[in-house]
Amino acid sequence: MSLKLEQLSYSYGDHKVYEIQALKDISLEIRSGEFVGVIGQTGSGKSTLMQMMNALEKPGEGKVFFHGQDVWAADFDRKGLRSKVGLVFQYPEHQLFESDVLSDVCFGPKNLGLSPQEAKKRAKEALALVGVEEACYKMSPFELSGGQRRRVAIAGVLAMEPEFLILDEPTAGLDPKGRDEILGQIALLHRQKGMGVILVSHSMEDVARYVERILVMDQGRLVYDGVPREIFARCEQLAQMGLAAPNVTYILHGLKEKGLQVDTDPVTVEEARDAILRALGREP
Amino acid sequence: MIRDITIGQYYPSESALHRLDPRVKIIGTLVYVISLFLFRNPAGLLVATLFLGFCIGLSKVPLSFIFKGVRAILVFLLITVVFNLFLVPGEPVLRIWKLTISREGIHTAVFTAIRLIYLIFGSSLMTLTTTPNHLTDGLERLLEPLRIIHVPAHEVAMMMSIALRFIPILLEETDKIMKAQTARGADFESGGLIRKVKGLVPLLVPLFISAFRRASDLALAMEARCYRGGKGRTKMNPLRYTAGDRIAYGVILLYLILLTVALRFT
Ligand SMILES: Nc1ncnc2c1ncn2[C@@H]1O[C@H](COP(=O)(O)OP(=O)(O)O)[C@@H](O)[C@H]1O
Ligand SMILES: [Mg+2]
Repeated sequence: MSLKLEQLSYSYGDHKVYEIQALKDISLEIRSGEFVGVIGQTGSGKSTLMQMMNALEKPGEGKVFFHGQDVWAADFDRKGLRSKVGLVFQYPEHQLFESDVLSDVCFGPKNLGLSPQEAKKRAKEALALVGVEEACYKMSPFELSGGQRRRVAIAGVLAMEPEFLILDEPTAGLDPKGRDEILGQIALLHRQKGMGVILVSHSMEDVARYVERILVMDQGRLVYDGVPREIFARCEQLAQMGLAAPNVTYILHGLKEKGLQVDTDPVTVEEARDAILRALGREP
Repeated sequence: MIRDITIGQYYPSESALHRLDPRVKIIGTLVYVISLFLFRNPAGLLVATLFLGFCIGLSKVPLSFIFKGVRAILVFLLITVVFNLFLVPGEPVLRIWKLTISREGIHTAVFTAIRLIYLIFGSSLMTLTTTPNHLTDGLERLLEPLRIIHVPAHEVAMMMSIALRFIPILLEETDKIMKAQTARGADFESGGLIRKVKGLVPLLVPLFISAFRRASDLALAMEARCYRGGKGRTKMNPLRYTAGDRIAYGVILLYLILLTVALRFT
């Protein structure tokens, strides 16, 4: 049960003059229930890669398999696929269009052919999952704050009850509080519902705290694929790609260089504090 | 999905046509488009075709780019041809059921179609070889004399350049919103007319909102940089005619003379 890409390449623009190769020979597999982070500089091809995963763009070369079936086969139900691999675009709140919050979230389930009652039920569940209160259901999306609008937009995809949830930079433009809340809720969804989550970000700090596997994109290529501490151990290579490891990684590496026998693996502030305390011989 | 629209698209290259002053190209295109409606005989057509071919050759723009523009008006073109074929009265040559096609009808249809196609070719050629910025600069200078009769030349040019700048942005935005709604199960292709029109709501509402948002952001950014219209405003790169531009005016004049000569052959 997985989402699998095989030697995928993709170019924008149908003519040599405008051609931009956005993806180059990418192969990877994401299993059900995994929590994966995708990082890379702006323009490294993250968004394009995400659109490949639910067949919004057809790859120039290579194949995409969902549960072992080729999604570009003539008889494959791509509309069905899009409900199973839910994609939340960057700035998803720009796509809200209904006059009230609840109807907007119903849009997805209704497109799946569900009855209005069933759609409403799912919409309410989804809104509850992302933490939007009932008082907001009848409000216009434009009366809400930026962070809340984004939650509503995420709920719009969640209401389709996807097996995989892809979030393209869900925290872009949010304040730290809004960011932590949204990421916290997504992590909760992953834990409680076992939903596979793919989190795109250009911030290591965001990703480090939650994911169990990181894909690093650079100039259209998949350069690293591994668990967070493996990836962060390569601070220098990351820096060359315009990426940074979490700040604590630098602190721990610095301490080790100065002679403190500290474990350099931790990626969050809390883990780092415990590691330093242990290295100092104190109880965390 | 909708990136095929060539009108207003620039093709980067280093040709003689690209280097011309935008004023020459605007006047040249205008003259050419008007000239298309002056002839009704094959000799005139030949001269117009040769001139167009000459310009396309000079421009180094691949033919496929120039043809793309016609695709956008294909339906309109077909309707025009059909109407002309059947509705122009004259000496009948073919009768299908109650409809007759006349000799004059065929003649008019062919010429109208060619004129429309050449019109698109000519204007596409101008936009393909001139950056939008150059184009509006040229237009501003050409409209300048009209200031005396209170034509706001600078404002018109500024509005045009902003509009042109917004075309690709809005296309991109449309593409993005379409994809985002498709990801939520929307279907923009199948279904009957009513379903299709209804299906546009999730696309158009966000598009309008985003257009307004961008417009107001831009207005604010311009005000923040003290923009206050054209009065007293100078240019970093003012337009100046070169020898090449004078030759180009000569070529346009030559074309007009040849066309006038060709008009005498009937
Ligand atoms: N719709 C598009 N048309 C043309 N080029 C695009 C389009 N979307 C992205 N690109 C180009 O493809 C490359 C990868 O972009 P993208 O996948 O958006 O990267 P990221 O999400 O990592 O910032 C970039 O060079 C970008 O300019
Ligand atoms: Mg992106």
